[in-house]
Amino acid sequence: MLQTVWLIPLLPFLSAVLLMVTAGRMPRPLVAMLGAGSVGLSAVVVLLFGMQFMQAPEPYTLTLWSWMRVGDFAPQFSFYIDQLTLVMMAVITGVGFLIHLYSTEFMEEDSDYSRYFAYMNMFVAAMLILVMADNLLLLFLGWEGVGVCSYLLVGFWYKDPANGAASRKAFVVTRVGDTAMALGLLLLFTELGTLQIQPMLDAANNTWVSGDTLPALAALLLLGGAVGKSAQLPLHTWLPDAMAGPTPVSALIHAATMVTAGVYLIARTHGLFLLAPDVLLLVALIGLVTLLLAAFTALNQHDIKRILAYSTISQIGYMFLALGVGAWSSGIFHLMTHAFFKALLFLGAGAVIHCLHHEHNIFKMGGLRSRLPVAFWSFLIGSAALAALPFTSGFFSKDPILISAFEYHGSIAGIGPWLWVGGLLGALLTAIYSFRLVFIVFFGEANTEPDRQPGWRMAGPLTLLCVLSLFGGWFALPLASVFPAESAHHPSMLIEGISISIPLLGVLVAWLVYYQRKVSVSRFTDSPTGNSLRQYWHSGWAMDDLYDNLLVKPFVGVSTLLRGEPVDKVYNGIVGVCQLVHRGLSESQTGKMRWYATSMVFGLIALITFLGWGI
Amino acid sequence: MILPNLILVLLVGGALAWWSERFDSSWPRLVALLVVLADLSYLLSSLTTVPLENFALVPVAADPASWLMSYQLNWIPRFGIRFELAMDGLSLVLIVLTLVLGAIAIVSSWTEDNQRQGFFQANILWTLAGVVGVFLAMDLFLFFLFWEVMLVPMYLLIAIWGHEGKAHASMKFFIFTQFSGLLMLVAIVVLAILQQQASGIWSFSYFDLLNTSMDSTVAGWLMLGFFIAFVVKLPGFPFHTWLPDAHTQAPTAGSVILAGILLKTGAYGLIRFTVPLFPEAALEFAPIAMMLGVAGIIYGAVLAFGQSDFKRLVAYSSVSHMGFVLLGVFAWNALALQGAVMQMVAHGFSTAALFMIAGALQQRMHTRDMNQMGGLWQQMPRMGAVALFFVLASLGMPGLGNFVAEFLVLLGLFQVNPWMTVVAALGLITAAIYSLIMMQRAFYGKPDDSRRLTDFGSLEMTAMAVMIIALVWLGMYPQPVLDLVQPVIDSLAVEVPLVAERGVSVGAVQ
Repeated sequence: MLQTVWLIPLLPFLSAVLLMVTAGRMPRPLVAMLGAGSVGLSAVVVLLFGMQFMQAPEPYTLTLWSWMRVGDFAPQFSFYIDQLTLVMMAVITGVGFLIHLYSTEFMEEDSDYSRYFAYMNMFVAAMLILVMADNLLLLFLGWEGVGVCSYLLVGFWYKDPANGAASRKAFVVTRVGDTAMALGLLLLFTELGTLQIQPMLDAANNTWVSGDTLPALAALLLLGGAVGKSAQLPLHTWLPDAMAGPTPVSALIHAATMVTAGVYLIARTHGLFLLAPDVLLLVALIGLVTLLLAAFTALNQHDIKRILAYSTISQIGYMFLALGVGAWSSGIFHLMTHAFFKALLFLGAGAVIHCLHHEHNIFKMGGLRSRLPVAFWSFLIGSAALAALPFTSGFFSKDPILISAFEYHGSIAGIGPWLWVGGLLGALLTAIYSFRLVFIVFFGEANTEPDRQPGWRMAGPLTLLCVLSLFGGWFALPLASVFPAESAHHPSMLIEGISISIPLLGVLVAWLVYYQRKVSVSRFTDSPTGNSLRQYWHSGWAMDDLYDNLLVKPFVGVSTLLRGEPVDKVYNGIVGVCQLVHRGLSESQTGKMRWYATSMVFGLIALITFLGWGI
Repeated sequence: MILPNLILVLLVGGALAWWSERFDSSWPRLVALLVVLADLSYLLSSLTTVPLENFALVPVAADPASWLMSYQLNWIPRFGIRFELAMDGLSLVLIVLTLVLGAIAIVSSWTEDNQRQGFFQANILWTLAGVVGVFLAMDLFLFFLFWEVMLVPMYLLIAIWGHEGKAHASMKFFIFTQFSGLLMLVAIVVLAILQQQASGIWSFSYFDLLNTSMDSTVAGWLMLGFFIAFVVKLPGFPFHTWLPDAHTQAPTAGSVILAGILLKTGAYGLIRFTVPLFPEAALEFAPIAMMLGVAGIIYGAVLAFGQSDFKRLVAYSSVSHMGFVLLGVFAWNALALQGAVMQMVAHGFSTAALFMIAGALQQRMHTRDMNQMGGLWQQMPRMGAVALFFVLASLGMPGLGNFVAEFLVLLGLFQVNPWMTVVAALGLITAAIYSLIMMQRAFYGKPDDSRRLTDFGSLEMTAMAVMIIALVWLGMYPQPVLDLVQPVIDSLAVEVPLVAERGVSVGAVQ
């Protein structure tokens, strides 16, 4: 059974290739069966594999073929499966399958049904290769594959140039990170002589000591890749725009694939990051700052998908915080629970949009509680988990992160409690913005009437994800053997109590402001300072403008300036000189006898004079 | 006799294709295609007579048996000029590429309404003959002859069957190549004289000219003569300006051959002649050459982004990609050289395909201006999907040949000069920027429903499929090509020691 693990990425890959080659000539039911079925089958294989694997949980390696070999550089096409991989595979195929099933109904009226599933399947296959790769080069293949598929899916509705711009932005911004990561690969191979992850980490441990420059540099370069894919500062700007694609695509990008890749990369190479404690602290700080920035921004959005997008950036920030403070398992645990409730929220949002004539603005919704009960319950449960209300899955994963942050003893003494306070502020904001969404969309007066109800292929996955979001935090992940042991937590009752009650406070605030409307924020937001602050947060701290002025405009400007090929001026100059000489000499060829005779006479005189001089 | 036959088949085949026009104007293309395919199958079938273990032999100059095939005939004994051909793994890989792309170029012109089909196809076949000769010639005089043979028919292809600005473009192409070729000719002659003075025997043979002792200043100048000739062809910054014009104006088949094959003769010359003939001078010059490579990568990419002409954009992307070859050659270690060769092959396929798409667009829409395109995916989904594939290949998507090439170059370069690698790696970002904008402007965006356009037919799709399969194969299992080229690199290492591979060797020592 174990050796059939190659089927897991192959099934969706084959399905994608088949769908591409047939190019829409397949009947729709067959496309749906192939598209969703291949991922479902893949999930079944993961389940069977996992059951066998857990009986004797030893890392399992399967080599398919030798990719290339030049001297000592010999990366292979091989998979490395341990508990971490297993968790990732389960999330990708499991949640991925639910999203695919949901899509079969959501995309039913689209004329490019087959192309959609081809890209989606390719996405899942690429992500699976990313997490299963046993060396960093193969991981990079999956890494770039994920990037390309996100590009294709974000720009799926290609007729609108805005979608094209969003998809290019997603690809290019993440490519900046990817390039840093590629440089990291070059450095790691040059210094350690292998890219195979486990031997490489061993070699790093043997060659370097904690605090050296080289491991810090290597970790920093990998971190560059991670912040790109996981949409963390400073490369987070692509994610909010990436919602241009169909809503299930957002669910796939935000929950099961893509954004979790960076978290996975750092967790997978944690041995390297442990050699670079300063970089690890940087990971935590990036996580903290990102989660706060994104939470403030989410508070000010009115597009339902944009709120969710910023909430993803914010939640990935928590995962980075966890990784940074060495709470590896908690980070991965939060990755999993986040996959559940974020998929739920996006698919719920998809149901709202689908049934509401493609309306995105939350202020044009309202009162949908009774009109779209499935979406309402999805959002209620999803938001509860997102806000980490007690006993939801999000609570069980976020709480340990905050506690670990509190007890963190890293390069800078006493920074732990500050990380904790920051995380708590984020938790408060999370609760506010998520329940702001719930109260505005599902309570109050109805603004738009839904024209349909979701069918079973949409409602079914939503229900399942509701269950997972509620109870998905009740079991422990078998990650103890993958990561270094974490010290047992002994938080005081006070710390624990504060951690639990903060989200409840957030819900209360949201209830007062957006449901009861007892407290009005308009007096603040209407004041000049408040208004400009609101605008500033709404634009995502104006990061887009910053990059636009700093990078995009100069690049376009230089390109426009040079497009006429200035180098050619040199060659044209040579041509010009030749032509000038040519013209000058041609002038003398007038064809007039008198002119020739005169010049002959003058020439003769000159000649004689000079000759005479010589004598 | 196999090697001269390879060239002869193409030369005679060209004449045959020309002659066949008198029966029907559709005959020449068929004859030409058959000739190229026959030549290819002749090569492949004669390879079966070579013992398998010979493919792993390191070619030694003194021992013809260590080469895959070789052929010698006295030509001008007075100066020791011989008709000397030899094939090793590198030549083999490039000749196969030449013939496959040659066939594809002929297919790409299948539906084009060209006047004087016979002469057109003859010029294509003669260009191919010149290129095959360049890849085989081991006598420098003969090499120069073939260098000219491939130039003249190419010039005619652009000058006669080109687009609106063909006169200027073809002349520019001719003068750039001819002038730089002249520098090489002078360098060849001086080199032969120096060799004669040292040994007393006239010879233009590559093997005799290797290790010619000379003053380092002279070596520097001669090296530069070769370098400029090859870098103009490559093309490397700042000698590239003929290329956008020539490409834009050439007929589709001309662009395919130009980008797919002709540029590679420059890269081949750098690897085969420039560095081995003048090792010290070349390695001393390496930092400047690498800087030109990096400059080409960035400059080509920035200019590619600024173009609105589809073909011009692809042409500048070639400038950018060929920068990696220049880097790979002058980093001069196994990884970088393998990368450079892989880039030659992979870029040959990806760019040939993109030019074929450009030609198909021009044929259908009578414009290359991307401002007048947009939304073409709607009308031509097959062409769009194929274009998407090659755009992804060209921006370095792992799993396709171009990625293997660029990664190997960067990996080799990193061990020589990490900082230059960082700048070169920016090319990965810029490649994404210009490739995706091309995809956007041509195939995405709002479709114009009044247009009636026919999608790729089965013949075109077959040609595309060949190149797709080739790139996937090179990306997923490049080992056969790497194995063919490795002995060549080992033999070059005998002449010019490879630049130390930092880290790896250190690790091995420990």
